[in-house]
Amino acid sequence: MLEIDLLLLFMIASAIIAVQVKDLLSSVIAVGAVGIGLSMSFLIMKAPDLAIMQLVVEVLSLIILIRATIRKDLPFSASGRWAFNTFSMILFLAVFLVFAYFSFSDMHRFGAPLMKVSQEYLGEAMAKTGAHNVIAAITLKYRSIDTLGEVAALFAAVVGVLAIARKVSRPGGIRK
Amino acid sequence: MVTYLLCLVLFSVGLYCVVRKRNIIKIIIGIGIMEYAINLFFILIGYRSNGRAPIFADDQAVVNMVDPLPQAMALTAIVISLAVTMMLVALAIRIYEKYGTFDITKINRLKG
Repeated sequence: MLEIDLLLLFMIASAIIAVQVKDLLSSVIAVGAVGIGLSMSFLIMKAPDLAIMQLVVEVLSLIILIRATIRKDLPFSASGRWAFNTFSMILFLAVFLVFAYFSFSDMHRFGAPLMKVSQEYLGEAMAKTGAHNVIAAITLKYRSIDTLGEVAALFAAVVGVLAIARKVSRPGGIRK
Repeated sequence: MVTYLLCLVLFSVGLYCVVRKRNIIKIIIGIGIMEYAINLFFILIGYRSNGRAPIFADDQAVVNMVDPLPQAMALTAIVISLAVTMMLVALAIRIYEKYGTFDITKINRLKG
């Protein structure tokens, strides 16, 4: 698959730009490029539901990140053992990638998935659930408890954001 | 094989950003890049050569579908990652209001 490799190279380049550029707003925009590349690669990998969802989530997270970075300057501090820390980090990542290479050689080949559970889903999803889209059948029928957990996590996150971002504490609070 | 490794390189870029950078927004960005790489890895595992999207059609027999189970898992993970990003950004904004900086080496004293 040449297309997915090219898209991955584009995403890696955008990610490196996002990590290394000093301006925070440019960094956030570069992350947006990574997300759009991810959406396109979902489309190439035959996952249209995920491509749509990724596009929506990407736009939303871009808006949230821009809200955090707008009109805030970045004092860049480069003190400390810069060379030693960077060298040790890159060495660790190289060891990580070498180990990953050897463990990938034991995995199944790219383009030939195992599909032990999924074969059953693909065979009987249409007859049992009546859904044309197998992904909708899995998320809403076979594994609907999982989706319930997802909604619960989303609700917990919203409650957490409200609690964190609250400006005024209670009238009888400890301070203010 | 090369595709798996490239996906892991993307993960490594995010990990480098989280461990090495000092700005909180950069750390949030690194966590986001790691989430992208993991979601993509799920889809790469489930891909089948010359496969088709797992959607049935009435007028034709669709064979050779890709694996739908990792896609359903990744669909959940994407929404959770949005919630995580939202919460991290809220924390970062509060830290900026309290300390006036995003630099994690300067946020080392109790204040309040």
